[in-house]
Amino acid sequence: MEIIDLTVHELQEKLKSKEITVEEVTKAYADRIKEKEGDVQAFVTTLEDEAVEQAKSIQKDIEDGKITGDFAGIPIGIKDNMCTKGVKTTCSSKMLENFVAPYDATVVEKLNDEHLIDLGKLNMDEFAMGASTEYSAFKKTRNPWNLNTVPGGSSGGSAAAVAAGMVPWALGSDTGGSIRQPASFCGVVGLKPTYGLVSRFGLVAFASSLDQIGPITKDVTDSAMLLNLIAGHDEKDTTSENIPKKDYTKALKGDVKGLKIGIPKQYYGEGINEEVKAKLQEAIETYKKLGATVEEFSLDIADYALATYYIIACAEASSNLGRFDGIRYGYRTKNYESLKDIYKNSRSEGFGPEVKRRIILGTYVLSSGYYDAYYKKAQQVRTLVKKEFDEAFKKYDVLLTPTSPTVAFEVGTKSSNPLEMYLADICTVPVNIAGLPGISVPCGVNSKGMPIGMQLIGNRFEEEKILNAAYTFEQEIKFRENYKPEFKK
Amino acid sequence: MNVSKEELLHIAKLANLNLKEEEVDNYLANLQDILNFAEVVNNAPVEGLGETIAANNNCNVFRKDEVVDFEDKEALLDNAPEQERNMFKIPKVIQ
Repeated sequence: MEIIDLTVHELQEKLKSKEITVEEVTKAYADRIKEKEGDVQAFVTTLEDEAVEQAKSIQKDIEDGKITGDFAGIPIGIKDNMCTKGVKTTCSSKMLENFVAPYDATVVEKLNDEHLIDLGKLNMDEFAMGASTEYSAFKKTRNPWNLNTVPGGSSGGSAAAVAAGMVPWALGSDTGGSIRQPASFCGVVGLKPTYGLVSRFGLVAFASSLDQIGPITKDVTDSAMLLNLIAGHDEKDTTSENIPKKDYTKALKGDVKGLKIGIPKQYYGEGINEEVKAKLQEAIETYKKLGATVEEFSLDIADYALATYYIIACAEASSNLGRFDGIRYGYRTKNYESLKDIYKNSRSEGFGPEVKRRIILGTYVLSSGYYDAYYKKAQQVRTLVKKEFDEAFKKYDVLLTPTSPTVAFEVGTKSSNPLEMYLADICTVPVNIAGLPGISVPCGVNSKGMPIGMQLIGNRFEEEKILNAAYTFEQEIKFRENYKPEFKK
Repeated sequence: MNVSKEELLHIAKLANLNLKEEEVDNYLANLQDILNFAEVVNNAPVEGLGETIAANNNCNVFRKDEVVDFEDKEALLDNAPEQERNMFKIPKVIQ
């Protein structure tokens, strides 16, 4: 098997047995980026030359015994909304086109401490607002399974790069499904951790009460390993929880006997593609065969969750994005006389249409006269959503739904209809509203060979349960052995 | 709820955004669509329920108010579109 086909845990074994070197690994990925970037368009900034230099120096330090550790010299890609010192962090926006962060995000610092190698910054929907990566101000990333389709979003660059073997794994961020949905579209594994498990310091804020950073990987073992690296309390993020460190790989037992799986029937009804439904049905049968108990139930918040999400997310975004004023960093208009002109013209010229749309919606729902009808109501529904999930987790260990109602759609088919694009998030947003962990795992392909993902949802800080359930399933269906992206044109 | 053009322009002003004439109709239609869809939250059975502002239950996380020196001040200023003598530069505010 070629280096770029290996998972990180497989790379580690081969590095340990000295079958391959750190330099060879990074070189293989650098070459792959050169070969595939033209088709896939996954990166905003590539660092392949810097990465190869860094690999040489890490290889030497390993040989000299100066550095040790299982992750030294493992390459990674980072979504372009996480600050990397000295390297541009653009959020795929004209607003931050030339922004160079003066510090590292906490997650990036953690990766650097373990001597991982950054292969570059990955494309996304502008400020993480979108479900197709078409709202990037710079380029449209393509899905490696079919280059005419979108990779999902907003972490579309991260998911496409992992699927295309351009990075062995990547970091994404998830506010309403932005890790899980692109993972589903690209046939890889995407984990959104419990809110508060991973520090958000240095992540450019979209909706602060919903945002969470997480791994996008080739398999579940890598997902658990990358979560090990990035989880943990950070005093620079007061919403990060101070809980004991865990080794998530220990949870991967490959056994789901007695596991209680709840099937919220609302996510198997109208609006969900028939082929997606059929694959999920097969997955349910697989779990039964493996000894899990599966039961259908009613999650009564399904009708309200998406609207609630868009009210809350846009309200928070309109506030968070207020900081972009053309003064301290970011785009400044050339067309101004007064200070007010700088604010207004910089924002109007620097933000793309979807970002402006959400700022307008967010400002509207927070404005006097509408606050009670929309924002306050949404915050109350949020309480209801949490309550409904609490009830569900009294009965079940994990919940199983499709990750997305459809497989990857064709480029250009939804980008002009915002509401239709929002519907792509219907299965994933309740998880963010309640702050729960959710993982998307490939469960097969449709009749056109496009990957279908399923989502396992766990109770707060019960990542172990969903990781084990995902791992056990993965071992059974062996998706990676049976299907591979073909870069169809 | 129907949104008027005047309301949209008022909201845009609050958000410090200029909308071009050709953008107005488009945003108006989008906003109307999304708000019609969002109305559904008013059907949710939320009587007596409090508001949840965050996914976790933390409140008032305290730490000591200590000054930590940020070493690379130049890098901070280098991102500014205009700077002078270690300061961010803006047009004259007081006439």
